Amino acid sequence: MPKFTRPRALADTETHYCPGCTHGIIHRVIAEVIDEMGAQGETVGICPVGCSVLAYDYFNCDMIEASHGRSPAVATGVKRARPDRLVFTYQGDGDLAAIGIAEIIHAAARGENITAIFVNNTTYGMTGGQMAPTTLPGQVTQTSPYGRNTATDGFPLRICEIMAQIDGVALAERVAVIDPKSVSTAKKAVRKGFEFQKNKQGFSIIEVLSTCPTNWGLTPLKSIERLKNDMLPYYPTGVYREGAAR
Amino acid sequence: MTREFLIAGFGGQGILFVGKLLSYIGLIDGKEVSWLPSYGPAMRGGTCNCSVCISGSPIGSPLVVNPDILIVMNTPSYDKFIGAVKKGGKAFVDSSLVDKRSENPDIECHYIPATNLAHDNEIKGMANIILLGKLIKETGLAGLETVRKAVEKSVSAGKAGLIEANMRAIEIGAAN
Amino acid sequence: MERSLMKGNEALAEAAIRAGCAHYFGYPITPQNEITAYMSKRLPKVGGVFIQAESEIGAINMVYGCAATGTRCMTSSSSPGISLKTEGISYLAGADLPCVIVNVQRGGPGLGSIQPSQADYWQATRALGHGDLRIPVFAPSTVQEMADMTGKAFDLADEYRTPVMILADGLLGQMMEPVSFPEEKAPAARGEKAWAANGHGNARPKNIVNSLYLQPEKLEQNIKERFVRYGEIEKKYADAVSDNADGADIIVAAYGSTARIARSAADMARAAGIKTGTFRPLTLYPFPEKALREACASAKKVLVTEMSMGQMVDDVKLALECKLPVEFFGRTGGFVPAPSEIFEKIKSMTEV
Repeated sequence: MPKFTRPRALADTETHYCPGCTHGIIHRVIAEVIDEMGAQGETVGICPVGCSVLAYDYFNCDMIEASHGRSPAVATGVKRARPDRLVFTYQGDGDLAAIGIAEIIHAAARGENITAIFVNNTTYGMTGGQMAPTTLPGQVTQTSPYGRNTATDGFPLRICEIMAQIDGVALAERVAVIDPKSVSTAKKAVRKGFEFQKNKQGFSIIEVLSTCPTNWGLTPLKSIERLKNDMLPYYPTGVYREGAAR
Repeated sequence: MTREFLIAGFGGQGILFVGKLLSYIGLIDGKEVSWLPSYGPAMRGGTCNCSVCISGSPIGSPLVVNPDILIVMNTPSYDKFIGAVKKGGKAFVDSSLVDKRSENPDIECHYIPATNLAHDNEIKGMANIILLGKLIKETGLAGLETVRKAVEKSVSAGKAGLIEANMRAIEIGAAN
Repeated sequence: MERSLMKGNEALAEAAIRAGCAHYFGYPITPQNEITAYMSKRLPKVGGVFIQAESEIGAINMVYGCAATGTRCMTSSSSPGISLKTEGISYLAGADLPCVIVNVQRGGPGLGSIQPSQADYWQATRALGHGDLRIPVFAPSTVQEMADMTGKAFDLADEYRTPVMILADGLLGQMMEPVSFPEEKAPAARGEKAWAANGHGNARPKNIVNSLYLQPEKLEQNIKERFVRYGEIEKKYADAVSDNADGADIIVAAYGSTARIARSAADMARAAGIKTGTFRPLTLYPFPEKALREACASAKKVLVTEMSMGQMVDDVKLALECKLPVEFFGRTGGFVPAPSEIFEKIKSMTEV
């Protein structure tokens, strides 16, 4: 029976993530894929501004810290200078879908051979739980204290559905990390994205539905329930686009 | 000594190209030269001008305010610049397009129906070069060999067929 | 060396490629479009990379990523676009990444105009991003210098791991002058920099390119070390030229394209019997303070002239420690001053 050990691509250090947060699972999934591909030495990761700002300390590959929302542009610079490297961005919903929407859309449109790991937990975690572009209608946050009112606050963005329209995209898949089965699916999606990148087949984005027990004000288990009951209907998991960019 | 040229007209008349030719003439002569276009949102049809300086020493301001030599190819530019020509300076006016005459005794004005000449000689669009031909004749700026070299440098590689047409325009200008 | 006639923007782009810069990231804006166009035409032919980014913000962050791999790279823009880039410039400075940023200045504030201007002096020398930082700034005055200073800028950037700015203006970018280029340098080998984040190949500890230091002690130490390097840059790179300064009563100080016009004005003044010299900084940060004091040894008054309401005038006063009266003449909004205007100002300064 295989022993449960820390992936080599994951640093042996304590993270700053809150108890019950799913960032740790997502980090582990990425690190396992890097290990399995034997890619640790050739990987460059770009971390964002937000909860995963310190992810450069958690991965055992070369890491670059980007300014808010700009990771896809930074990754483009890395990849164009070193096309032989495996380059991924790790971005939250505020980073990718609000301030960084231009950078992500255009990296996708250029068919950049990079992979974006998009962690969607419907809120700005690091700054204390403000409304994000993916905050659900009616969801209470620090800046939507009466619940997100679509008449004044607009509607959530469905990123995978948007990405599916872009010809430079090889993979747009939404996964969740709520049980062993979904974690396994998430890992397969990350692997697919990295493979598309390795084969120079275009841009890949894996949207991971995630929880934020601290800012949601729920226990970790209740958070998983909320994800299932509230988020999944609005953000169905599945493959939205797959196949070499055309 | 620095010679200052100002070429002015509409965008699309080849104002900047004449400036480039003048600059190459200076460069081939081993002089210091500067070429400065007016630039703006109007790519075609708007007013356009170009400053050229040719000098034996490093050029200070590349912006020509009071030209020694003026070429004008439309009435608005004539109105704007004819009064700026230095005392003892020369102006070359396309009289097909400008029907005014200068009464300033301090400058020497040449009126050449360049646009009509270009049309009659079937070298449409080369009124600018006809005016330059006249300028070269009246100022003794350069010999024909230098002018040919400058034309060869200025005409883009894909348009080498235009070299002879340019030289004909120079000759027509010189003969008028 | 053969002299060819080129626009300042094109000469700068060609010089960058010859300096081993094969990666360019830009976004269209007048009056620097010739740089972007030149790069798009030439770089693919020399095995380089050209990307027209989605915005100036995108472009500067592509520079950030590319520089992080230890690869020579650059971006260029004009005033409003530089404002957008300042976020990225601050991160580049904070992460000690070398690159070259070109500002072909136009009128401001806001959309301003597309005509030449020098109104970004304060931004270039003081405020190219938030935080405790300085960015070395070169100020070319001729098309030849647009080329020469580009090579120097890349070398300084690599030597001190810092972004470097070339502060030009629309006049220098658009004008053509004869230019000649030094022999081509071999492009810097990729990824040979020990600090680069380009994949550790399981052969060294991982590298992190970062500007975040949550512990004040570490951030302060990091900044102090960087300021020691700034001090070295100040000693080594501050540079200026002066003409006819010996025995001059009036020194006219100007940089960039205005310096050429100031020289014409000083010629007129000397012809009129006014002992006039000129002083031209080649670097704006570091500002050549010592050279200015030397140029002003005999001067009774100093005139600063710029295409702005007066920004470099502050640095001149600081360098002279208020020991000489400093006057100012400028045009702004896209106007280029005429030599005669500056000459009139010089004349007025001789009247008691």
